[in-house]
Amino acid sequence: MDFIQNNLELIYFVIFCVFIGIEIIANVPAILHTPLMSGANAISGVIMVGAVIMMLQIPPNNYLLLAAGGIAVFLGALNISGGFFVTGRMLKMFNTKNNKK
Amino acid sequence: MNVIVEVGYLIATFSFLGGLKFMSSPKKAKSGNLLAAVGMVIAGICTFIAVTSKTIPLLNLSIALIAIAIGGLLGKRMASKVQMTAMPQLVSLFNATGGACAMLLGIIEAAQIQTNATSMTIKILLLLGLTTGAIAATGSIVAYRKLAGKTKDNRKTIVVLGSRILLILMVVLPFLFFTNILPLNFEVFCYIMAVAALLYGILFVLPIGGADMPVVISLLNSITGIATAFAGFVYGNKAMIAGGIFVGAAGIILTLLMCKAMNRSLLKVLAGKFKNSTNTEDTEEQNIKSTSISEIAMQLSFASKIAIVPGYGLAVAQGQHLCGQLQKILETRGVEVDFIIHPVAGRMPGHMNVLLAEANIDYVHLKEMNETNDTMSHYDVVLIIGANDVVNPAAETKPDSPVYGMPIIKAYASKQVVVMKRGMSPGYAGVSNDLFGMDNCCLLFGDAKDSLQEIINQLKLI
Repeated sequence: MDFIQNNLELIYFVIFCVFIGIEIIANVPAILHTPLMSGANAISGVIMVGAVIMMLQIPPNNYLLLAAGGIAVFLGALNISGGFFVTGRMLKMFNTKNNKK
Repeated sequence: MNVIVEVGYLIATFSFLGGLKFMSSPKKAKSGNLLAAVGMVIAGICTFIAVTSKTIPLLNLSIALIAIAIGGLLGKRMASKVQMTAMPQLVSLFNATGGACAMLLGIIEAAQIQTNATSMTIKILLLLGLTTGAIAATGSIVAYRKLAGKTKDNRKTIVVLGSRILLILMVVLPFLFFTNILPLNFEVFCYIMAVAALLYGILFVLPIGGADMPVVISLLNSITGIATAFAGFVYGNKAMIAGGIFVGAAGIILTLLMCKAMNRSLLKVLAGKFKNSTNTEDTEEQNIKSTSISEIAMQLSFASKIAIVPGYGLAVAQGQHLCGQLQKILETRGVEVDFIIHPVAGRMPGHMNVLLAEANIDYVHLKEMNETNDTMSHYDVVLIIGANDVVNPAAETKPDSPVYGMPIIKAYASKQVVVMKRGMSPGYAGVSNDLFGMDNCCLLFGDAKDSLQEIINQLKLI
């Protein structure tokens, strides 16, 4: 109960996010499912933000943790840049002659 | 300073939403991708602004920046080199990096935590983020290896049993730990959970069949998203929570769509099982008519509207560019060519659309089966290339067939069906196809690519 009381705002936020996310994504046509997926994959790279926050809190004399943190940030950055670039490359290929449609 | 950061995260959250929203039309999707990427950069910059108020050790800062630079450059390189047929592998590889990042985050955070000062909620969230991240990481790597053909399916009992035992352990152990029955240090416990989750990721993807990969990739994608959201809770970072949840939602929707399109429940896919087919030894002789290249070329040139139903076999044969050529030639003769794509064609959701788009096919002609199934009789010729189960009428007529109930492309309803096939082997589901015996159907045996090439050559002569 305490947990709910303390985090009510966050719980509202989560529920809204779930519904908005489902609403928006359910409208994506099958033709764009692959770009949607790799785009979403890139967005999940936002985990890098957490990795950076953590990275900057590690005591600078703890080299093991620093190395692990560095790898975490690197993996996150790889996820973001790879994800967005590959999505962009895919989307560039979707072309049509009648641009008015 | 704090306000700027909060607003920055807010903008990032909205840009993710907008980016996903724009994905609903092929015209706007490019700007959507850009928008989401800009949001990501803003989120990144905000993170650095947020910590400038504190004194940060130079070493940490430089490691972080260098890691971002290397990761960014490498990602760009990998993305620009990949072949479109290898797209599913790459996406699952990137998914693995996201999962691994979430796992490392959990482990490092656990190593730093003051055991008593941290609330139980945070610890639970840390554990959840760590385990989901670890499952996504190794699961995606196995999926990657399977898609690349480096690992074979493994349905040995020990694998299936092992994964179930691990799953039970991963549910039970935290209970024991948090009720203090398990006398362990939190850090040590995190390591145990991480190892269990890493192993589980491997065992859980191993038995799943190659053609079920669209389901697995979407599911793993969704798990990474959820791991991100858990990590977001730990830091109270709304951009992370929102981003993670959107990704989780996208992954789950796609997973369910794929399952529906294959007419199998998620649990069955995960268990690597099929409907126990009553293995009706289809003894009824099929009256199969075969056809020749020149005959097909004739039919195509006299048709006014044709459809091509591509399956994964087309992509394996690298025939998508020839399909593009075929379409161009026929269009100059006033023949309308549509491509009808089943949701599970390819190795990830929507994969076939990307392959055809790469072959310069106007996306207006890429149709979903729901758009065309009612008007199937308008097509003079339907050319089926490398697809089998998705056009099997048994899905509608034979309740005892394993494919029964699966949504199919009603190719049989068109005027003439031509199936291009390597041999008479049945499709992935192991069922014989009633379509082949129908009066309006004929078969052309041979490699899809060679056959297409010859049809094109013939058409040029006519």
